[in-house]
Amino acid sequence: MDLTTIWFLLVAVLFTGYFILEGFDFGVGMLLPVLGRDDRERRVLINTIGPVWDGNEVWLITAGGAMFAAFPEWYATLFSGFYLPLLLILLALIARGVAFEYRNKRPEASWKRRWDHAVFFGSLLPAILWGVAFANILRGVPLTADHEYAGGFFNLLNPYALLGGATTAALFLTHGAVFIALKTVGDIRDRAAALAVRVGVATAVLAVAFLTWSLTIRANTAAIALAVAAAVALLGGLAAAYARREGWAFIGTAAAIGLAVATLFTALFPNVLPSTLDAAGTLTATNAASTPYTLKIMTWVAVIFTPIVLAYQGWTYWVFRKRIGVAHIPRH
Amino acid sequence: MDALDVARWQFGVTTVYHFLFVPLTIGLSILVAILQTLWHRTGDEKYLKLTKFYGKLFLINFAMGVVTGIVQEFQFGMNWSDYSRFVGDIFGAPLAIEALVAFFLESTFIGLWIFGWDRLPKRLHLATIWAAAIGTNLSAYFILAANSFMQNPVGYRINPDTGRAELTDFVAVLTNKVALITFPHTIAGAFLVAGSLLVAVALWHLIRRPDSTDTPAYRFAAKFGSWVTLISATAVMITGDIQGKIMTQVQPMKMAAAEGLYNTESPASFSVLTVGSLDGSRELFALKIPYLLSYLSTGDPNGTVSGINDLQAQYTAQYGAGNYSPIIPITYWSFRLMIGFGLAAAAIALLVLWSQRKGRTPTSRWLLRAGLVMPLLPLAANSFGWIFTEMGRQPWIVFGEMLTRDGVSRSVSMTEVLTSFTAFTLIYAALAVIECKLLIRYAKAGVPDLTPDPDTDDTDDAERPLAFAY
Repeated sequence: MDLTTIWFLLVAVLFTGYFILEGFDFGVGMLLPVLGRDDRERRVLINTIGPVWDGNEVWLITAGGAMFAAFPEWYATLFSGFYLPLLLILLALIARGVAFEYRNKRPEASWKRRWDHAVFFGSLLPAILWGVAFANILRGVPLTADHEYAGGFFNLLNPYALLGGATTAALFLTHGAVFIALKTVGDIRDRAAALAVRVGVATAVLAVAFLTWSLTIRANTAAIALAVAAAVALLGGLAAAYARREGWAFIGTAAAIGLAVATLFTALFPNVLPSTLDAAGTLTATNAASTPYTLKIMTWVAVIFTPIVLAYQGWTYWVFRKRIGVAHIPRH
Repeated sequence: MDALDVARWQFGVTTVYHFLFVPLTIGLSILVAILQTLWHRTGDEKYLKLTKFYGKLFLINFAMGVVTGIVQEFQFGMNWSDYSRFVGDIFGAPLAIEALVAFFLESTFIGLWIFGWDRLPKRLHLATIWAAAIGTNLSAYFILAANSFMQNPVGYRINPDTGRAELTDFVAVLTNKVALITFPHTIAGAFLVAGSLLVAVALWHLIRRPDSTDTPAYRFAAKFGSWVTLISATAVMITGDIQGKIMTQVQPMKMAAAEGLYNTESPASFSVLTVGSLDGSRELFALKIPYLLSYLSTGDPNGTVSGINDLQAQYTAQYGAGNYSPIIPITYWSFRLMIGFGLAAAAIALLVLWSQRKGRTPTSRWLLRAGLVMPLLPLAANSFGWIFTEMGRQPWIVFGEMLTRDGVSRSVSMTEVLTSFTAFTLIYAALAVIECKLLIRYAKAGVPDLTPDPDTDDTDDAERPLAFAY
């Protein structure tokens, strides 16, 4: 396997990791006003992701950095082309990150309510927009021969991409509900489990529709197999959620998200950003890549440090493995 | 004004803003780790109180550093895509390594530290704050190595077919002499901010409530912070001096602009105050110390220092027609304000130490006022330092290789950049107000009371509230 393929895989793995991990963070954020009926319940919800959300978000920063280092043309064209969606994602992530930290720093109900809005919209907006962005990457966008984006904002809001946005939002919502059922005790756990099944059925319909549409745009055997596996994992996860096997349910939704992202990347390869305008504008893993020397250095760094990161992040989840409930929330 | 100007303003505003939080994160992470280590070693409760107290201020600030940092990484691709294409082969690597090696470490272990007070064994919990602090400081190195490539490009070649810069020697990029000296200079500047914050908050409590039972804790914090401030001020000066000499070699125009030195001189005198003509080509009035500039730039009191006009002529011959000097009043004043504000913070730290000599407790209202503005001084010094070094490199984005105006995104419209500039400025301004109010609120609240909550004592372990919760 040549270096550009390895780095295509690594970027794909980083985004997959990001969507699996921050996927449930987004889900918890979107469910804050739904499952959290009072302040203490909302604090339970936020504290299920409290120790880990920041580490999860670094997957995005690493994915962005890896894209910049390994495929500068892809990074440059994509980030300048998808300008407004990325701006909205950034604003949402700013509001949401600060909200987690500041929400409980003052006792006033109005203060907390405002940050609750920030958590909700700060989770909903990226959950939709990441789907819109990745659907557009697969579908292709108008690129000139020198790799400049030639469309506007509304080009990105085509029906297929909007279905992609609805799908990621629904997937993250289900994933988040399953995560809450796994991490809490008491009434809130039961409500989360019931909600996961209800939302999950709608999610399955959306996901199957989106993946099928994706495969009609571009596909290969591996992508089709991955899409089928994603659907099976999601249905398995939902069955486990229905049976109240919460650990298995979480593995199911996590695998479904991972396999769905893998489907998109596999269908995309060897392109990284196809052009719908001028075929010469299409960016591929080869023409967008850095030099072999840079890729070789980056490969060594990734080979050494990725296992270390996985080990200590995994350990964090082990340390905070206990379920929490309203009894664990201090009164002040 | 066009899209280029707005993109430049956005980069300036978002970067200066980001760097208001970063120094405190860099410095305070280590200082909090030291406080917790002191508690671990001595068992003295005042250190635990200080750890939790300053730890809270650290976290309020940390959140802002994190969220404004993501903007920085995205901004290169969004607003500066041609720059990203040109340098991606070199510049992307340190950014990616920073995320993988340093930022994961920092953010994961911060989470463990915040929520791990009652979940981890004491020693392991202490290790988590050190891991986070090391991650934070390590991340600064990679970012500064990337920036140093823009200041003094090394370890690369220009591919004649693509016109892009390509990495040829990664070790050279990481050991760029500008990076090696900018790192200690920046870290020392960060400790200047963190030390000053320690002093300001402790002094406020000492003077307002001299008979509080927590006075020993605040006395320690004020002294510790003052020493940190003084030592880092010394380190800032030493590293700054070396950096000035290196900068004179790699970017003589920046240093000539810092001095408002229009014509080459040997020996050159240091300008304390120079007023130039409005178009910046001539000086009208100047107050000078003879030989000093020669010594500062070259280490030799009779050394030759190139002037702006001569460098302009040299660059025109080398790179073609164009204006190769930065905006002189900005470089001249930002350089002086950087030094002035830094020295002022060190002077206040000296006063605070003097006020506590032989076990005295400071009482002066004047000292209190000075102490309260103290953290703002190194913050301003840091900002002016970055404004100086970045504005002083202009018109280059990569010195000698790419002009800033050639790095901007061609496909991004004026409306889009203006939208993003406005949105970031507004949200940043609102968050600045919120963050300052919270910091003041928690600084005023003082060190926490450590007596355990009576109603949680007898509950069984599974039901006990978390020691820390959002």
